[in-house]
Amino acid sequence: MDLSILAQHLTNGISFGSLYALIAIGYTMVYGILRLINFAHGDIFMMAAYLTVFGIAFNLPWIVAIILVIGMTALVGVLIEKAAYKPLRDAPKMSVMISAIGVSYLLQNLATYLFTGRPMSFPSLPLLTTPMTIGSVTMLPLTIVTPVTTLLLLGVLLFVINRTKLGMAMRAVSRDYETAKLMGVKINQVISYTFAIGSALAAIGAILWGMKYPQVAPTMGVTPGLKCFIAAVVGGIGNVKGAVLGGFILGMVEILLVAFMPSLSGYRDAFAFVMLIVILLVKPTGLLGEKVTEKV
Amino acid sequence: MKKLLAILMVLTLALSIFTGCGGGSTGSGAATDTSTDAADTTDGASSDNVIKIGVFEPLTGANAGGGELERQGMELANKLYPEVLGMKVELVVADNKSDKAEATTAVARLIEKDNVVAILGSWGSSLSMAAGDLVQTNQVPAVGASCTNPQVTLGNDYYFRVCFLDPFQGTVMANYATQRLNAQTAVIVQEVSNDYSVGLASFFKSAFVTLTGDEANILDTLNYNTGDQDFSAIITRIQQLNPDVVFAPGNFTESALLIRQAREQGIEIPFIGGDTWETPDFVTVGGEYVEGIVLSTFYDHTNPTTEIGKIFVDEYRAEYGEDPAAVTALGFDAYMLVLDAIERAGSADPVAIRDELAKTVNFEGATGIITIDANGDAEKYEAVIKIVQDGNFVYQDTIEIAQ
Repeated sequence: MDLSILAQHLTNGISFGSLYALIAIGYTMVYGILRLINFAHGDIFMMAAYLTVFGIAFNLPWIVAIILVIGMTALVGVLIEKAAYKPLRDAPKMSVMISAIGVSYLLQNLATYLFTGRPMSFPSLPLLTTPMTIGSVTMLPLTIVTPVTTLLLLGVLLFVINRTKLGMAMRAVSRDYETAKLMGVKINQVISYTFAIGSALAAIGAILWGMKYPQVAPTMGVTPGLKCFIAAVVGGIGNVKGAVLGGFILGMVEILLVAFMPSLSGYRDAFAFVMLIVILLVKPTGLLGEKVTEKV
Repeated sequence: MKKLLAILMVLTLALSIFTGCGGGSTGSGAATDTSTDAADTTDGASSDNVIKIGVFEPLTGANAGGGELERQGMELANKLYPEVLGMKVELVVADNKSDKAEATTAVARLIEKDNVVAILGSWGSSLSMAAGDLVQTNQVPAVGASCTNPQVTLGNDYYFRVCFLDPFQGTVMANYATQRLNAQTAVIVQEVSNDYSVGLASFFKSAFVTLTGDEANILDTLNYNTGDQDFSAIITRIQQLNPDVVFAPGNFTESALLIRQAREQGIEIPFIGGDTWETPDFVTVGGEYVEGIVLSTFYDHTNPTTEIGKIFVDEYRAEYGEDPAAVTALGFDAYMLVLDAIERAGSADPVAIRDELAKTVNFEGATGIITIDANGDAEKYEAVIKIVQDGNFVYQDTIEIAQ
C-alpha cells in the first residue's frame, strides 16, 4: 500500500473517529452524572440532523441555522430528561434504562411519522464540501475541520469541567450523588446542564456528519448511537477524555480494517461489537477508566 | 390516587392496541401514506361486493423511496380501473418496513386478516422472497413489479413478476461496460446482506468474465452492509485498484452516498448500476455527483410502446405533475395484470386467479407486452439504459438480447 493511499485512509479514519468522539462524549457525561446509559442519544443526534434540514429549507443563513439547531437540540435533550428520566430518579437503574430505550423508539417513530421514512438530503455548505487536493490526497475541507472542531470542543469542555463551578458541581455529583445533594449542590440544574451540553455536542456532530453523509432518515441515529456507546465504554465510560479516545480508536479501526482487509469489509460493524466484548473481558472500566466502587 | 392513575394508563395502553385493528390498511405504528382512501375498510372480512388486493411494499426504512413509487403506480391503476366483474376493487396497503422479518408479518396480515385475493409487490427481491413461502402455502397469488432476482419465482407457483430478471440485467450491464465503455477491468461493490445486490453482482461477473475472457479482470469484489454511510475505505481501495468501471448494484440509498464520496475523493471512474437506482431520492442525495451515472432499467416513459402505456404516462403526469419512474409503470402493470386475470378467471378465487396469471399471453401493459412463462416470469428481452443528466434520468439506449 503506497503512502498516499495510506495517508488517505488515515485522514478518513481520523475524521470519522472525531465524529464518533463528539457523540460519545454525550453518552459518557450522562453516565458519569446519572449512571444512566442514554440510549436516546443517537436519536437526539438524528433529530438535530432533521432540524438542520428544515432550518436551511427555511432559507436561514448557515450561522443562524447552526446556532438555532444547537440550541433547540439542547432544549430537546433537557426536555427528555425532565419528562422521561427525572421522575425515575429514585427508581432502580434498570427502569431508567428501559425508559431511555422507550424514548429512543418514540423519537424514531415520531420522525417517521412527521417526516416519512424516505431519506432526505442534508444541505451542503459549499465552503466545506468542495473537494480539494493536498499533495496526492483529495479530500473535503470538512475532513480537516471535523477533528479540529472535536479537539477544540474537547478543550472547552475540559476547561468547563475542571475550572468552573458548574464543572466542579458535575464532578461532585458524578463522584457521589447523595452527598453532593446533601451538601447543597443544585442537582436538577447540574443534570439539566449535563444533558444540554451532551445534546449540543450531538447536534454539532449531526451537522458535521450530515455534511459528510448527506442522507437523513429516521433511523440514521441507531447505528452511530450504538457504536458511540461502544466507543464511550472502550475509552472508559464516565471519562470525557476516554470517550474521545474511544471514538477515535473505533473510527480508525473501522476504516483501517476495511483498508487492510477488504475481504472483511462486510464485518465492519461486527468488529465494533467484538471490540466491546474484548474490552469488557480484559479491562471492563475501559482504557482510561478508573475503578469505581459499586455501592449496593 | 396514584394507583387509579396507573390503572387508567394501563387501560389506555391496552385499548390503544385495538385502534390499530380497525383500519386494516397500514402497518403497525410508523408512517401512514396519506392517499389510501381507496383502501380503508372498517372490518377485516371481505364483503361480497369488494375485491381486495394487497399492496406489499416498503413504505418506511431504507427502501421507502422505491416502495412509494410502486405504490403510486398501483394506486393510479386502481383509480383509473376501480372495478372488475362488477365489483369494486380495493387496495389494502401493508408496509414491510424494508425488513425481511417484517415482510412475513405484513404478508401474513394481508392474507389472514384482510383476506386479499392477490398481492402486488414488493420492491426489493429479498422482501419478495421473504413472502414467498406464505404466498405459496396459503395459495394467494403474488405479482412482483420490479423484483428481479430469479429466486423470487423459482419453484414458487404462486409468485409472478412483470419485469425482467437479474441474469438478463447483469448481462446487459456487462455488455454495456465492455462495448460502450470499452472496459477491460472492473470492480464490483455489493451490498452483502441484500440478495438482489449479490445476485446481480454475480450475474454481471460471469457475463463480464465471458466477454473479456479472463477471470482476473474482475479486480475485486467489495462488500458493504445495509445502512452503511461511510464508504471511504472502499473508495480508497477502488482508487488503489484503478479499474475501468465500477459495477455497484445496490439500493439507491447507499449507492448515492458511495458515488458521492467517490467523486469527492477525486475518483473519475464510471459507476454503473441496476434498476434500483432509478428513484428521485438517488438524485436528491447524490446531487451533482451522480451526473453521468449510467443504469439499466425496465422502461422509458418518453417512448411508451403500447396504448395503455401512453394513457399511463399522461394520467401520471396529470396526477403528480412529473414524469413517472420505471417501477411506477411496473406497479401499474402488476395491478392491471391481476385485474385482467380476475376477468379471465371470471371469479375472485385466488387459485383461479393464479391459474389465469400463469396462462397470460401477450397482455398489453404500460411497460410493453407481457407473456408469463413457465416460471412465472415475464418474457422480457429488452432493457433500457438511462443516464443521469441535469438531475433527470434520461433515456440513452435500448439493449435487446435475442432469446
